[in-house]
Amino acid sequence: MLNKILKKRILIPDRVSELTIYAPHIARNARPGNFVVLRLTEKGERIPLTIADKDPEKGVIVIVYLVLGKTSALLDTFGQGDIILDLCGPLGKPTEIRKQGQVICVGGGTGIAAMHHIAKGNYEAGNEVLSVIGARSKDLLLFKPELEKISSKVFVATDDGSMGHKGFVTEVLLKCLKENPDVKEVVAVGPVPMMKAVAGVTADFDVETVVSLNSIMVDGVGMCGACRVSVGGETKFACVDGPEFDASKVDFDELMMRLNAFKPQEELSMELFKKKTG
Amino acid sequence: MTKKKKTKIKPRVSMPMRDAVQRGRIFSEVALGYDQNQAVAEAKRCLQCKKDTCKTGCPVDVDCKSFIRLVAEENFQEAFKVIKDTNSLPAICGRVCPQENQCEGTCKLGPTGQPIAIGRLERFVADNFYARNSCEQETGFMECILPDENLKVAAFGSGPSSLTLAGYLSARGVKVTVFEALHEPGGVLVYGIPEFRLPKSVVKREVDSLKHLGVEFKCNFVGGMSVTIDELFAEGYKAVFIGVGAGLPRFMNLPGENYVGVYSANEYLTRVNLMHGYKFPEYDTPVPKGNNVIVIGGGNVAMDAARTAYRLGASSVKVVYRRTKGEMPVRLEELEHALEEGIELEILASPVSFSGDDHGHLKSVLLQKMELGEPDASGRRRPVPIDGEVYELKTDMAIMAVGTGANRVLTQTTPQLELNKWGNIKADPSTGETNLPMVFAGGDIVTGAATVVEAMGAGRIAAREILRRLK
Repeated sequence: MLNKILKKRILIPDRVSELTIYAPHIARNARPGNFVVLRLTEKGERIPLTIADKDPEKGVIVIVYLVLGKTSALLDTFGQGDIILDLCGPLGKPTEIRKQGQVICVGGGTGIAAMHHIAKGNYEAGNEVLSVIGARSKDLLLFKPELEKISSKVFVATDDGSMGHKGFVTEVLLKCLKENPDVKEVVAVGPVPMMKAVAGVTADFDVETVVSLNSIMVDGVGMCGACRVSVGGETKFACVDGPEFDASKVDFDELMMRLNAFKPQEELSMELFKKKTG
Repeated sequence: MTKKKKTKIKPRVSMPMRDAVQRGRIFSEVALGYDQNQAVAEAKRCLQCKKDTCKTGCPVDVDCKSFIRLVAEENFQEAFKVIKDTNSLPAICGRVCPQENQCEGTCKLGPTGQPIAIGRLERFVADNFYARNSCEQETGFMECILPDENLKVAAFGSGPSSLTLAGYLSARGVKVTVFEALHEPGGVLVYGIPEFRLPKSVVKREVDSLKHLGVEFKCNFVGGMSVTIDELFAEGYKAVFIGVGAGLPRFMNLPGENYVGVYSANEYLTRVNLMHGYKFPEYDTPVPKGNNVIVIGGGNVAMDAARTAYRLGASSVKVVYRRTKGEMPVRLEELEHALEEGIELEILASPVSFSGDDHGHLKSVLLQKMELGEPDASGRRRPVPIDGEVYELKTDMAIMAVGTGANRVLTQTTPQLELNKWGNIKADPSTGETNLPMVFAGGDIVTGAATVVEAMGAGRIAAREILRRLK
């Protein structure tokens, strides 16, 4: 049945899980970089989530979510056999992938899952993928085994030093760029401060840098402009013009400010949900 | 018309309204509609002119004269059939059409200032007639041809143009599937026009009657993304209709326009109407709350946004418009309602920039004073900035209602479609056909933002042509 959850895999208990959902039309047309918008109940809101993987033959897509507020917490109560009320996609412009040689894919936190689909697309296009992933500690690293299959090397950074480099992904990225002068492109997906820092690092190198932006969305099909971002001084809608943009042109501070627009309401919603579910 | 005759004409029957103070803070419908006595009395004012110009004023050719006569004779069922013969959505049209520019604008009584209230009569008939089945609702006849599963037509978008097309074709034996990107069908009727002007139950009634006729609605399907035109033809669809509207909101590219607190009217209205944000936190979608709200623009959308903001508790709502009240494109009736409810006008003013606080929240707008200059190409006097005359207005929420453009999602992914320089789809006005064979288009995606009934007219033209080709 359409939008049925066929499999749930808990990646980090109570925090991050992966859902495999039956949606053949989305699986057939989804490209790396695309996302979906979903709604869980009649009174629910619409939230965007990146498509982390797909299998058109089985008619399934894979999404990975981080429990952050009410809707993601409610989604976390869903399991195998449950049905997502509304699932709309694929949305957004797909990643521009061309055969060009070495590509570094940087992922932070839950962003690693979204980055995975892009890394896989690069691998399938014949590029050499160097993956750089980071999280607070090693238990929070996602998709490492999957990335190892398609990357020539996976570099790890953790805040607490429990695996790989102790510190930020940007430090690993800097080293990686110095050691691999032929890198053609850097793709980064993760929290806004991380993407901003990546843009700062690559600015000193002659390398194209793309980031996937996570602005607030309502419809996801270009009719409201809630997701608007400033890119090179121009207003763009992340849902139809992006979500990927040239990192050197993105106004990250504005994005950060806009992401906090509904903070008090989000907190109230979550509080009421916690009260209700105990 | 002689003076003597003029005095014989009774004034139009006024329609009951909710009191301005009582309604200004709630979302219930403002205009309550005629009762039977009022409708009959109003219908009796009609002169039954030999040359019925009212019909030519209607974009879907409703035989106004005949249905009004039937109302006067209290034969409401027949009146309904006459309307339904050419208009699929009378309960909607009777409420939201700018009748003063259409049927009522061409009424012979127009010059007296008291044209027949055709819209109100249409609404009365549509609201009070109960069809015995959905087929009768659509065609006026008890039996429709069962949709032929081999005769499949697809429509992208579920706004007024596609709904009209679906009704016309399904009642004549064609299986129609409507693909809608959002989670609810209706297009602008559900996300744009607020409950206090068009109750969502009225839209639902129309959609349900189409479902009974065999029209299939597939929500969450984005034309060009979830499903492409090529895929549909490969699946055996015989024709595709594109009615995806003009949903792309315009911004003015002013400094500070991306501060938190500046919204497009589309976003604001979608959060409130489609997502029921006015019932937050019972519903999950938050709606921005403003205390001193400004709305930029002078059309119906601006007025809808302003009245919505007032209903959500703003203490002051100002509509900022660069010309004067007389040039506003809003329907007069809606403007009057807004003013009665406490909306203020800030005319001859145009925003220059927005300022915000340290958290990026909007705190004021800088406005440029304007004066009216020479008439422009549209015949309206052009607003000209008065040198150096700028002033600051304290505001914590600004809603941009300065128009919409063509939605690019479908046209971006279907590059073979021929567009004009504004990104609208080129279609033959007499058939609706695009440069791609058996691909038709109509409504705002072809004309740019226009009226509900004009979109319906386009849906009807395309439906008629598709049927002619299929049969």
